[in-house]
Amino acid sequence: MTPLLDVQNLSKNYGQRIGCKDVSFDLYPGEVMGIVGESGSGKSTLLNCLAGHLEPDHGKVLFDTKTDGLKDTVTMSEPERRMLGRTDWAFVHQHARDGLRMGVSAGGNVGERLMAVGARHYGNIRAQAADWLGRVEIREDRIDDRPTAFSGGMQQRLQIARNLVTGPRLVFMDEPTGGLDVSVQARLLDMIRELVRDLELSAIIVTHDLAVVRLLADRLMVMKDGHVVETGLTDQVLDDPQHSYSQLLVSSVLQV
Amino acid sequence: MSDYNFAYLDEQTKRMIRRAILKGLAIPGYQVPFASREMPMPYGWGTGGVQVTAACLTPDDTLKVIDQGADDTTNAVSIRRFFEKTAAINVTQATSDATVIQTRHRIPEEPLNEDQILVYQVPIPEPLRFLEPRETETRKMHALEEYGLMHVKLFEDISQHGQIATAYAYPVKVEGRYVMDPSPIPRFDNPKMEMAAIQLFGAGREQRIYAIPPYTQVVSLDFDDYPFEASKAEGACALCAADHTYLDEVIVDDDGGRMFVCSDTDYCESRRQAGHIGEQGTPYGKDAA
Repeated sequence: MTPLLDVQNLSKNYGQRIGCKDVSFDLYPGEVMGIVGESGSGKSTLLNCLAGHLEPDHGKVLFDTKTDGLKDTVTMSEPERRMLGRTDWAFVHQHARDGLRMGVSAGGNVGERLMAVGARHYGNIRAQAADWLGRVEIREDRIDDRPTAFSGGMQQRLQIARNLVTGPRLVFMDEPTGGLDVSVQARLLDMIRELVRDLELSAIIVTHDLAVVRLLADRLMVMKDGHVVETGLTDQVLDDPQHSYSQLLVSSVLQV
Repeated sequence: MSDYNFAYLDEQTKRMIRRAILKGLAIPGYQVPFASREMPMPYGWGTGGVQVTAACLTPDDTLKVIDQGADDTTNAVSIRRFFEKTAAINVTQATSDATVIQTRHRIPEEPLNEDQILVYQVPIPEPLRFLEPRETETRKMHALEEYGLMHVKLFEDISQHGQIATAYAYPVKVEGRYVMDPSPIPRFDNPKMEMAAIQLFGAGREQRIYAIPPYTQVVSLDFDDYPFEASKAEGACALCAADHTYLDEVIVDDDGGRMFVCSDTDYCESRRQAGHIGEQGTPYGKDAA
């Protein structure tokens, strides 16, 4: 079985400082990978390199494209990479307003990716947008409201709908539950888990919240100072951490 | 003869502008950057159009300037005078007599021919500006032909108003490639852009020139189920009875009284000369104005 994403020796420096160093892993279709670590450990740098938002200094990011099979997204042409970015990939930002067009209605936000890949029938686009709003539990009568009129949790759900509407195969999520209160977080996590299972999505989720990865991720990667210090199955890493930093991380979680 | 160089600008500048124009004609709809000069008029009054006109004029040219279709408004009169003074060329109000027509926000009703150049004044050349404020990003979108965003605007129109409510500056796709802002002409004029004359667009403040060569395909963007429609006010011109022209609404009293008149004054006048009389019109030559 070919991996969906094959990352080899990925490194990114910011001048003298290390962003992330020598990261390698495979991601198989339908698999959810969690990346945890404290602030500044290089999680977001890694994610941005994978999603093509940053150019890595070294290494390869091989993605299983629909037409050509495994292909290095670092060296592929920009139009190709951007095309992937709006078809096979999705990127969910931590702050919904980074990933949404705040001046455009919810329907327009969801429809944008459809129109970007050539949909030109208003009725169909709107029907699909309405369908997706329903799937992320936003009432259909809010379709013409702007995201500014939405609560934080709704904005985040809208962002997810907007990203999933073109049926991507790989979803990058950067702290998808950051800044939401816990009950909203729980509902959002439930929803993401359902969507991932239903659509057989692969996902890479960056977070510092261990509960999030416990719920969503099949596999876990722990990062510190730009290096991957431990990888393994989620339960294995969380229940029996080997590296001293992983142990610290797990023991730092507040027990209620 | 005036003390200015012919048509105000120095020869080097005109040459630079002509280069931009030629590049624009070679790549229809592409916005060519150019070193816009300070002109003796405020930005927004047509500094871009004036520079393009200056670079196109020859001493044999006849110039017509219109502002919203009218020959006699401040903007049109001052630009016409400007070139009379600095280039000592002939000016006219008749569309058919002109070789160069500078326009603000209208295309003349009378079809143009191959010997004419139509110069548009453009306030904001970037059709994607209000959707994507980053210029670096919009340039990339043009380069990679990523125009999905343009439809988002039309989508928003339909969901808010039940129809495409963009009535002016209606985005077009030129020769199947570049999406272009046709300057704020009413969408009624969009179909006329496939014409015999050369069309040049100058944006002074934004420092861009773009162009449409003669007989170039210009398609107004739309949806399959909401096709483009060239719309105008219902009714006929009160002076010349034309019902196929773009009409201005004129408020005539504070009781809600109004009349519609042709926005193209030259066209309206020539119709009245030919004997067409509208509801409130008087036979040609007999009215006070």
